[in-house]
Amino acid sequence: MKLRYFAWVRERIGTAEEDIELPAYLNTVRDLLLWLQARDDGYAEALRHPEAIRVAINQEHVDHKERLEGAREIALFPPMTGG
Amino acid sequence: MGGSTVVPTVRIQQEDFDLAEEVARLSAAGSNIGAVVTFSGLCRDEDGRLSALELEHYPGMAEAEIGRIAEEAIRRWPLTGLTAIHRHGLIVPGENIVVVIAASSHRQAAFEAASFMMDFLKTRAPFWKREHLIDGTPGPWVDATEADETSTRRW
Repeated sequence: MKLRYFAWVRERIGTAEEDIELPAYLNTVRDLLLWLQARDDGYAEALRHPEAIRVAINQEHVDHKERLEGAREIALFPPMTGG
Repeated sequence: MGGSTVVPTVRIQQEDFDLAEEVARLSAAGSNIGAVVTFSGLCRDEDGRLSALELEHYPGMAEAEIGRIAEEAIRRWPLTGLTAIHRHGLIVPGENIVVVIAASSHRQAAFEAASFMMDFLKTRAPFWKREHLIDGTPGPWVDATEADETSTRRW
């Protein structure tokens, strides 16, 4: 799975994108966030407040209950501040 | 009106844009245009505190998401034209960050559509601002505001 990170999520994790083999037991976005959190200190710091993290699957916003089936690209980022 | 034939112009770019040129293009797109509302957002220096804003974006999704917001605006209001341009990269105080131009036969639709576009650009378009301080060092990421979320929810 291609994972992409932006803004301070990217900085805390330490990379802009990576390919990770996700375990089959991860069903939802929330499962993914909790699983990533346990990978190392960077992920733990980036995802300390998982409820605050915004997520896009295949470049469309989704909520944390969204299922991961069909995902080709998952992006994690802070609330947006454009405009 | 049935299916709308208005195709929005959406551009994500590093370089600046020419406001007058963009307004002129929408104004000239038909003879039943009675109202053109333009909102431009500029970088400010926060009373001399900032040297620049850095705008990070999600290439691909930024275009797609602003396109979805624009299609929704076209669905909701009888527009004759709609343009949204958002810059990324390092932007210094006084420079443009974003422009939304909404054209319609009457002013109310144009005002409302431009306001709708900006509320959703701020809270849904994948851009993140970071401050660059006056001494040239990178400062903090800008926090999202509850006011922007509240403003978005009114639609």
